[in-house]
Amino acid sequence: MTTTDDVQAPSARTTPGGPRARRRTAGVGRVSAPVALLWLAPAIALIVGVVFYPAVMLFRASRSEYSITGLYQGSAGWDNYSKVLAYPDLPVVLKNTVVWVVAVVAITIVLSLALAQLLVKDFPGRRFVRWAVIVPWAASLVITSQLFVLLYDSNYGLINHVLTGLHLIDEPISFLGDDRFTMASMIVVGVFVSLPFTIFVFIAGLAAIPTDVMEAAEVDGASPWQRWRQITFPLLRPAMLIATVLNTIYVFNSFPIIYTLNDRNPGFTHDTLITFMYKLAFKSQEKDVGMSAATGVLNVAIILLVVLVYLKVVNWREETR
Amino acid sequence: MTTTRRPRLVAFTAAVVALVFLAPYVVMVLDSLRTSTDVKTTPPSFLPRVWQWDTYATVIGDGRFPHWLLTSLIVSVGATAVVVLVAVPAAYMTARHRFPGRGVFLLVVLVTQMFAPTSLVVGLYRQFFELNMINTYGALIITNAAFNLAFAIWILHGFFSSIPVEVEEAAALDGVGRVGMLRRIMLPLTLPGLVTATIFTFIAAWNEYVVALTLMIDDDKKPLTVGFRSYVTGYEQNWDQLFAASVIAVVPVVILFAVIEKHLVGGLTAGSVK
Repeated sequence: MTTTDDVQAPSARTTPGGPRARRRTAGVGRVSAPVALLWLAPAIALIVGVVFYPAVMLFRASRSEYSITGLYQGSAGWDNYSKVLAYPDLPVVLKNTVVWVVAVVAITIVLSLALAQLLVKDFPGRRFVRWAVIVPWAASLVITSQLFVLLYDSNYGLINHVLTGLHLIDEPISFLGDDRFTMASMIVVGVFVSLPFTIFVFIAGLAAIPTDVMEAAEVDGASPWQRWRQITFPLLRPAMLIATVLNTIYVFNSFPIIYTLNDRNPGFTHDTLITFMYKLAFKSQEKDVGMSAATGVLNVAIILLVVLVYLKVVNWREETR
Repeated sequence: MTTTRRPRLVAFTAAVVALVFLAPYVVMVLDSLRTSTDVKTTPPSFLPRVWQWDTYATVIGDGRFPHWLLTSLIVSVGATAVVVLVAVPAAYMTARHRFPGRGVFLLVVLVTQMFAPTSLVVGLYRQFFELNMINTYGALIITNAAFNLAFAIWILHGFFSSIPVEVEEAAALDGVGRVGMLRRIMLPLTLPGLVTATIFTFIAAWNEYVVALTLMIDDDKKPLTVGFRSYVTGYEQNWDQLFAASVIAVVPVVILFAVIEKHLVGGLTAGSVK
């Protein structure tokens, strides 16, 4: 490989400020807002056309009063919000949401990093293993959730059957009925279905790392750990950013797993904000569409806050230059 | 591609990983071959007590199944095409050019992902009802596209940003314009990102449930995920058929993946700065 100087335009070579200043020339340039808008217009049209109106509707519903049968009764101001914030089960729901999101995202990211490293290595049968890894993603989440309800069952579930058969436990465990196990059992499924997507984000990220950089480091005698820590990990930062931010959003809004696995338990003991929101409108005593909508708005506000804090911490604007 | 000094250990570990990922779905396949009551019999057995091979024929022979499969295919392919066409220019522009509102645009795209579809279905129904688009593929295609745009834009943005600027500078010297630059230089270099975005959107649309449940009311227009509901209801529980249909539904995704997976290989930018 030749040095990068060989391909620079002569004018760029004289730019003061070195390599970082050079990035702002040629291919990377300022464009006027109208030119940029032309390239962004389809995306903006799609978002405004599809998401804007329902989002406004959600907000309007959150400030309206509805009867138990869902009929509009007039404006409610911010009453729905204060009712949700004063709701006795809210602290439990918030705690569940934090545990669920932090556990699923953290475990998923760590495992995916390791598995992606494994799956970019060259070994016989790699294609088959990659196909296998994609299956939990390819299968419908609703069906996978129902499958796990069967697997976890204390009477006819295979997991208890195997554990008792191996004498690891004496009595079948009620994974989804026993309060000590319910959240952990749901987190296992959450991680399981989040892994494929995250692994492939990292595989794509690893694929973009130039091999010659790695070879040069190897020639220089860097240990595998040094190479990973000083080359792979920093170059994986864009993939890491995407994997973390999007997983956080998806896990926050993940509905079928908690709704299906927690189906038989009464109350809100194991609910997160999103299933709480659904139950407020359709399954609780309240049957209150207004409160449900207010919860939906609060949910978006919380996710936005979490993501903004994360982007600030990782210095996202600096990241994208 | 990384070479490894212990290929046997790696292959063994990978085989174990594959087994763990497949295990629940092996159970699903076995459940599809049981009688429906055998699925919920105590104590459970690993293998079906009676092998019921005709479930798949029953599912496929059911007149509704081809319609559901067709809807799922049309909607997923359509949404994926829309997302790629819309996301590529936006991601390229935001990654390679500076203009006012660039950061805001990327954030707003992300905010659209933060609305849980569950909380928007009421508004979506009203919107498409007013537009007379209930029961149309178009409504479901653009909704799926809009909800999955953020991932495609963000991952492609990351890939475009990671390509050395020198590549483009060299092409610019050769007189390549902005569109040509994107099509001939940048897209081939971001193929792993493009493949990831394609797989992601296709799968998300393939498995989307809540919006389809709301917008597709005609039995013939339902996608697979919604159609599945009719196998296990309060009145009849055909677990065997539900799982057989689910197994069939995984096949198109794995085929798509098998076809484009090879483009996920690495070191693509290695030769481009020579």
